[in-house]
Amino acid sequence: MSNAALNHSTVPRKLRRSRAARARLAADSGFVVIISIVMAFLYVPIAILVIFSFNDNRSLTWPPSGFTLNWYEKLFNNDQLLVAIGNSFYVAGCSTALTLLVGVPAAMALHRYRFPGKTVFRRLLLLPIALPGIVTGISMLNMFKMFGFNLSLETVIVGHATALLAVVVTQVFARLQRLPKSLAEASSDLGANPFQTFIHVTLPNIRTALLGAGLLSFVLSFDEIPVTFFLTGRDNTLPMYIYSTMRRGVTPEINAVGTLIVFTSLILITISVVFTARDWTGRK
Amino acid sequence: MMSQAFFARHAGKLVLGIPILWIILFMLVPYGVLLTYSFWLKKYPLFVPAFQFGNYWTLLSDPQYIKVLLRTLKIAALVSAASLLLAYPFAYYLVFRLKNTTMRLILFMAVIAPLWISYLLRAYVWKTILGTEGILNSFLMSIGMIDEPSGIFLYNQFAMVLTLTYIFIPFMVMPIYTALEKIPPSFSEASADLGMSDFQTFLKVTLPLSMPGVVAGFTMTFCLSFGDFIAPFLVGGPDGQMVANVMASQFGSALNWPLGSALAVVMLIIVLSIISLSDWFEQSGKVEL
Amino acid sequence: MSGIIELRNISKHFGSVIGIDHVDLSVEDGEFLTLLGPSGCGKSTLLRMIGGFEEPTTGSIFLSGQDVTDLPPQKRDVNMMFQDYALFPHMTVGQNIAYGLKMKGVGKADALQKAKAALELVGLPDKIDQMPHQMSGGQRQRIALARAIVREPKVLLLDEPLSALDANLREQMQVELKHIHDKLGITFIMVTHDQREALVMSDRVIVMERGRIAQDGSPQDLYEHPKTTYVANFIGTTNFMPARITARNGIETHLEIAGQSLLARYDRVPDTENIQIGIRPEKAHILDAESTTKSNVLVGRVAEHIYHGSSLRTTIKLTDGIEFHIDAMLPLGMARADVSGIGAEVRIGIEPENVFLFEREG
Repeated sequence: MSNAALNHSTVPRKLRRSRAARARLAADSGFVVIISIVMAFLYVPIAILVIFSFNDNRSLTWPPSGFTLNWYEKLFNNDQLLVAIGNSFYVAGCSTALTLLVGVPAAMALHRYRFPGKTVFRRLLLLPIALPGIVTGISMLNMFKMFGFNLSLETVIVGHATALLAVVVTQVFARLQRLPKSLAEASSDLGANPFQTFIHVTLPNIRTALLGAGLLSFVLSFDEIPVTFFLTGRDNTLPMYIYSTMRRGVTPEINAVGTLIVFTSLILITISVVFTARDWTGRK
Repeated sequence: MMSQAFFARHAGKLVLGIPILWIILFMLVPYGVLLTYSFWLKKYPLFVPAFQFGNYWTLLSDPQYIKVLLRTLKIAALVSAASLLLAYPFAYYLVFRLKNTTMRLILFMAVIAPLWISYLLRAYVWKTILGTEGILNSFLMSIGMIDEPSGIFLYNQFAMVLTLTYIFIPFMVMPIYTALEKIPPSFSEASADLGMSDFQTFLKVTLPLSMPGVVAGFTMTFCLSFGDFIAPFLVGGPDGQMVANVMASQFGSALNWPLGSALAVVMLIIVLSIISLSDWFEQSGKVEL
Repeated sequence: MSGIIELRNISKHFGSVIGIDHVDLSVEDGEFLTLLGPSGCGKSTLLRMIGGFEEPTTGSIFLSGQDVTDLPPQKRDVNMMFQDYALFPHMTVGQNIAYGLKMKGVGKADALQKAKAALELVGLPDKIDQMPHQMSGGQRQRIALARAIVREPKVLLLDEPLSALDANLREQMQVELKHIHDKLGITFIMVTHDQREALVMSDRVIVMERGRIAQDGSPQDLYEHPKTTYVANFIGTTNFMPARITARNGIETHLEIAGQSLLARYDRVPDTENIQIGIRPEKAHILDAESTTKSNVLVGRVAEHIYHGSSLRTTIKLTDGIEFHIDAMLPLGMARADVSGIGAEVRIGIEPENVFLFEREG
């Protein structure tokens, strides 16, 4: 203790300052390095995916040899691929609608009601966040087989809706928690029944959360493999089609599909961010 | 108008009834069936109802299953550790050092954004990078670091850890960022005021308070990489098989559903235990603080 | 069964905690009633029960003769002004106010006209198309009021209506709310923890203590005849001192305090010998040095003067160390130098009517 005190008094103040400043600078540049590494780690591979979709060589080797749109042209003439894209839109659209239909009431029940078994209810609802898709896929496959259902895109839809329910529930629940309880109370005080309160007061105030959750589950469903793998019949979704192509090796065509998916995803993220941001500025 | 009255009268029941029905039909019943199947017997070419523990016994007694299980646990642990090492400093810098809030938001979104980009493609791109004829090999050759393509990059456990870390790191950043953001700046100011150095403050104040985020992130990355079967298939190679691949093959080429179901039950139990453990961890942590 | 609101034997249990403990209350039509008490005393729960947001564990609630205990809020002819105002953030001011009319089935044109009239009443006639987040706190408060009264309820409930406003605005709004009450002629029931607010605004105040009614009366009654130390302590400031009854003569009670004697003339006399007495600081005064009065005087030494702007608070130590505060208005031209110096012996004059008598609490 006295040693430290002595040290402090003997080291000139200016020097002490600059030593601390230097330590801070070192720490800061260390952090900048970390940020750069993480960003490079995340985005260099995506850049590579995009770059090689325009490369005019079938083999994916460095450096790229020339520019071509050949692979994209091939995509649009690939009927199987186009069918798979159509299937994916169907599956993602339906499963998103289903998750919202089930997930919004589930979030409201978690938010508003007290009932026996609520803890179990919540646990089960949120389980698929950490539960690998393969377990959901296999258990549903078993059930459909046992009760004699044929596998189809519809069984995939049910599987996706179940796996993605947790996404919708967490997002909507979080928004409901931020909504003052008095809003719904004021609405019923002013003569609205619970249904009217939901339509006129609750829904408009969780609108952006619904949009965000809906977009996210659409994207995740569009992209889903583990559940689809077990639950689809003869029809392929887009990722399943890509997956089966990959078995035959890497080709720039996959890069081209991938690039299209990347850009579609970026557009959807932007939409969701813009809407959330608008919600923020709308209210303080 | 009539349907509105109907909704009004039954709103409470609908709100609770729909999700409960869904959970029963598509979670509890499937898990029940899964459990039932795991006791059945395989009699080529079919499965017959039975109640016996043969499938579980096979999993326990056949060393290849234990080996795969241990490998999977090891890889999941390595993936979580690697994600944590990258994610924590990243989140810390964003929350505590970066003063520009717009920049902070952009960097945070940049980490989340890949979640929206196809998971399959994110695994696939590493196959194109790491392969013998891949981009890394040709790049190293073009700058003259190696003379001929090397096979050391792809089809091994390193490639799997790398790919899975790449895929699941956003799940580590999100909860840690949220946990760090909740810590009031006055805490570290108070700590500095009481004479602690930055590093001491980090160890005694910031780190303990951010533990819930770390635990949540670890749980997610661990469970998700534990059950993955796409990355092993694409970049794992012969000794990169994980539990999920073995499981999937029981429903495919091996055609042994009862054994596959038993494996799925084991995976379900492991995941549930990890979640409970992390819940317990979080709660006991709260009491301590 | 004469009141517009009748609470009969109301209790509310939260698990093992008793929030409201057998409360009976009758509210007169048209009165301004205030439920007053510290946080956790049950006043808000009681108000929310009248609104229909909480169900009583036992007991019944009547609204103009009709049992409404089991009716949800939307079926009760009362309206509430919420503490956080609860304005719908996605609706304009006009839509907020018209919401309750729309639910009632009032036509659009009619609703618009009524909304305008309500805004006029609260003094914001030109804000109909603005959004709530563009308004100041005080304006939001007025909009919440307009939204609640536009439905012309039989009873208006106000949950800490002024607590979010700053001091100046609060005082202005106290008076304004009272004027609106007089203009509308409907019953107001307000919850507050601010005793001054309760005194200024109410016709009648219910002081609550741990889920029960501690005292029920007019502001003046509560201030001048508190029943218990709790009420005397909660409303206004009081000097409390232990005392002993030496003689009783009707409502005249002879007391001994710290070796000095005092006469009290109070309508409630405890049965016990050892009691607690209370004297308001402004109801006692320091006698002039020339004064020769002998009766009802306590003697002590000046310990401290504290300047309060409009008044001066003097702390006087009685013989056995009891501190006695006196608030005196500073007369025109009187400077602090004119008051008795620290340590000087002074005599405190007290009217017998101004001595409260309480049972001593264990």
